[in-house]
Amino acid sequence: MAMTIHVDIVSAEEEIYSGTAEMLFAPLATGEVGVLPRHAPLLARMKPGEVRVRTGSEELFFYVSGGILEVQPHVITVLADTVVRAKDLDEAEVLKAKERAEAAMKSRQAKVDYARAQAELAEAMAQLRAIQKLRERARK
Amino acid sequence: MAVGKEIRKQIKSIQNTQKITRAMEMVAASKMRKAQERMQTARPYAQKIRNVIRHLHEAHPEYKHPFVLERETRRVGMIVVTSDRGLCGGLNTNLLRTAVQAMQEWHEKNVDVDVCNIGSKGFAFYKRLGANIVSHASHLGDTPRVEDLIGTVKVMLDAYTEEKLDRLFLVYSRFVNTMSQQPMVEQLLPLPPAEEEQLKHHWDYIYEPESKDVLDDLLTRYIEARVYRGVMDNLACEQAARMVAMKSASDNAGNLIEDLRLKYNKARQAAITQEISEIVAGAAAV
Repeated sequence: MAMTIHVDIVSAEEEIYSGTAEMLFAPLATGEVGVLPRHAPLLARMKPGEVRVRTGSEELFFYVSGGILEVQPHVITVLADTVVRAKDLDEAEVLKAKERAEAAMKSRQAKVDYARAQAELAEAMAQLRAIQKLRERARK
Repeated sequence: MAVGKEIRKQIKSIQNTQKITRAMEMVAASKMRKAQERMQTARPYAQKIRNVIRHLHEAHPEYKHPFVLERETRRVGMIVVTSDRGLCGGLNTNLLRTAVQAMQEWHEKNVDVDVCNIGSKGFAFYKRLGANIVSHASHLGDTPRVEDLIGTVKVMLDAYTEEKLDRLFLVYSRFVNTMSQQPMVEQLLPLPPAEEEQLKHHWDYIYEPESKDVLDDLLTRYIEARVYRGVMDNLACEQAARMVAMKSASDNAGNLIEDLRLKYNKARQAAITQEISEIVAGAAAV
């Protein structure tokens, strides 16, 4: 029997594939790479493309929109991205997040009033406790 | 019969409220199950990326990423995860109390805090408080996706890389079980160093393209995955807390209705008794 290696393909939201393979192909930024068992440790960035897993009888295809490939002598981990990540796209997201925050910061006070925060939260807690007490009394 | 019209009206209105709270309870219960399932499906990624990070600690990279280097703390960042909606008991209050406590501790050491809010409840709170909110995301819905968080988290990571922040924390509610949710403050950055300093054989990864680029990508994803996990946990917590809160609201409504019904029946009986005694008295007089 041919040598096999354990392969895990996961995305942040779910597990995509987990099993053994004879060989794995991944789209690296510099070109496609094929990984056999007992490969030297490798940590690489993937570009959008397809990951092919060759098991004994068949070849499986998985589309990834980028991510990270980690190779250990006996295990390969593919951390797949769920979306296409590019610097400028991420940058746009950053701007959006900042804008959302800034819009709200216009009416900002100069200093954080911890005393007020504590008081406010304590009040909310007291209200909750009061409701609890009322319930207990109602049960009796 | 005109007796107890007000009481009847009151009972009716409480019954209507009870219907709503009961429906909300059931919705929350089913949403909680779904949120828990999603928590489960997100687990493999978190586990795998943690393994890779652990391997990385065992390797001996010649390049030290800023995310692993400890430096003097002048300013800290906090990512605070809260729910978007209320009616979920003390969940947000408990969380914000923990967050404010942590903030105050830093404040006493003369360290300023930048806040990043995920969820509109915490956002509204910090806005009123006047904290320095640098980024914000809300209304992620019941199925938050990683891409919804990328920008929000990157603001904090960029600030860290530019040394505007020296530490980054994640504050979220951890889902223990349906009845209990635990507010947590976890340090995201700098990454805690590996504990075991064993003398293993010296090895390092082959990096493709450059170690800096790959580590950048990997560590960014690691932080995102942790924040994502926090958001998923918080979602499950929110639904669980809402379910419990709505259940107690329905129970309360039930108690109220019971009391009112007793009162109503008593009033009705008294009215009948009075009427009979009036008739009897009238008959006796004839």
